[in-house]
Amino acid sequence: MPGVDTPASAATVFDLDGLAALVTALKSKGYRVIGPRVADDAVVYDDIDDVRDLPAGIGDEQAGGRYRLRKRGDSAVFGYTVSPQGWKRHLFPPRQKLFAARRSATGFEVLPPDPAPPPFAFIGVRACELAAMAVQAKVFGDKDYADPGYQGRLKDAFVVAVECGEAGDLCFCASMGTGPAVKAGYDVKLVELAGKDGPRFIATAGTARGEKMLGKLKAAKAADGDLKAAADRVAKAAKKMGRKMETATSARLKEFSEHPRWDQVAARCMTCGNCTMVCPTCFCTTVEDVTDLKGDNAERWRMWDSCFSVEFSYIHGGPIRSEARSRYRQWITHKLSTWFDQFGTAGCVGCGRCIAWCPVGIDITEEVAAIHESLKGRK
Amino acid sequence: MAERKKPKLAVWKFSSCDGCQLSLIDCEDELLAIADEVRISYFLEATRKVEKGPYDISLVEGSITTPHDIKAIREVRKQSKVLVTIGACATAGGIQALRNFKNVKEFIRCVYAHPEYIDTLTTSTAVSDHVHVDFELRGCPISKHQLLELLNATLNGRKPNVSHHSQCIECKRNGVVCRMVAAGTPCLGPVTQAGCGTLCPSKDRGCYGCFGPMETPNTASLAAHLKELGQSGRDVQRLFRSFNANAEAFRKESESHG
Repeated sequence: MPGVDTPASAATVFDLDGLAALVTALKSKGYRVIGPRVADDAVVYDDIDDVRDLPAGIGDEQAGGRYRLRKRGDSAVFGYTVSPQGWKRHLFPPRQKLFAARRSATGFEVLPPDPAPPPFAFIGVRACELAAMAVQAKVFGDKDYADPGYQGRLKDAFVVAVECGEAGDLCFCASMGTGPAVKAGYDVKLVELAGKDGPRFIATAGTARGEKMLGKLKAAKAADGDLKAAADRVAKAAKKMGRKMETATSARLKEFSEHPRWDQVAARCMTCGNCTMVCPTCFCTTVEDVTDLKGDNAERWRMWDSCFSVEFSYIHGGPIRSEARSRYRQWITHKLSTWFDQFGTAGCVGCGRCIAWCPVGIDITEEVAAIHESLKGRK
Repeated sequence: MAERKKPKLAVWKFSSCDGCQLSLIDCEDELLAIADEVRISYFLEATRKVEKGPYDISLVEGSITTPHDIKAIREVRKQSKVLVTIGACATAGGIQALRNFKNVKEFIRCVYAHPEYIDTLTTSTAVSDHVHVDFELRGCPISKHQLLELLNATLNGRKPNVSHHSQCIECKRNGVVCRMVAAGTPCLGPVTQAGCGTLCPSKDRGCYGCFGPMETPNTASLAAHLKELGQSGRDVQRLFRSFNANAEAFRKESESHG
């Protein structure tokens, strides 16, 4: 993922064959290509062999605690909103071996790390997802304590962003200022337009390596009409956000730690942790040591954890956050309010995943709106 | 490292189907390595050879359903340094705890030609209702992986890596798409302890709750949602009344539906 924007070169246009050529070119450069495909009743981001794997004509409907695929009635390959889990599981794997060690005569020796896997090429990254990568890059990127694994995977990843032409019912990137327009952090940006013979893509390079990659493809210069259509689509999507975040209040959540709303949401919250797992910025982990039976070989693994588990806040004597209300409050307050203190930005990018994949449909925007409403008439 | 003394391992059975003991034999590849590290002193399902107690580690399968069981479990406790219950029967009473909701004497009259020969309690209960339990392995049956981890951690003097959070966290780590959200399938995952290896959700099934209640189960919220998905009160009751019917959170929830 590129750190800075380079001046965009002239936009080009190609069809699905052009996209296929892009995938082939990425593969031949040694990238592991990850993109959208239909599996288990959802559009998930997984390995793709070629463009035939893409979810042609498939869209989705999302509501609190509900996700369904639908037929779009066209052949758009990027016609869904966002997948159940983002690119997080590739850049920040759910289970990661930190090191392995072997007992030696004098103590123990740390074994050399496993060889690095091939770099990723991500096809179909949305604006909110680019924002999430930037948020996590900050989390894992403090200059004195950078996580070399995360930073390396991100730096090496080739990012093909796709600008949204439609907003989902749970989307609120416009409120969070993260989308829907794709502005930075991509190698290649695509806008998908419907054509008579299938989708067409307007492509713009954001980096030198993106430009080089696009240069290999047979493509025509994009016509002014196409560029206008692309601009109109994203402008329309920005106006059709399904959700809205009251950001003036959300940033102040840390002031309302005793608000009665926390008890109401705790009655519904199952503390299952789904919201944290699907959130593209949640970064908490636990560390487990494993050994072989003889205790001669040991490994340390880092795994996704959640602030909704009791053990997460366990210190000597007991957990700090034993009640559901305190765990939900911790999560939403950190995400929307204290994240600013820690990282200078909000931790929420407005993708709506926590709403869809909460089994009982607790809605982060609704919770903030309730507190927002209760403040009316107060200073 | 100095050769450590092999701990004596005992495996006990109470009211159960033997499936959890079988998980130990099912370790196959690791079984010989285990046999190298522990002394199998009592394990009737695997060997006739029996050694006297006391034992360093006792794995207890099965629930307490007869007056004889109560005496026997106390004796096992007395003979064991560490007592670990394995499986839903030993940790919650098992499927046979369905009797707790019914009139057992009536069952006996209906089923047996000579009810006077039957000497049973009216309840099936967890081992921890009778003696102190040092550690619990959940599941129906237990996970072979967790059993190995428990033995491994005990041998190496470290805490077993066994989590008490929801099954959802395991599903998400494994990249399984939520069945309840994406397909409307009733699922106990949000209130169930993780550890099975995502068996059912990865095969397009909802979670049946084999691993019993997670650490802080909000069963009322889930039950309300199951009804929104079209489940009747009876359906919800049946979901909570299976292998862990007598686990407190599931029992209480099942009693408020029907």
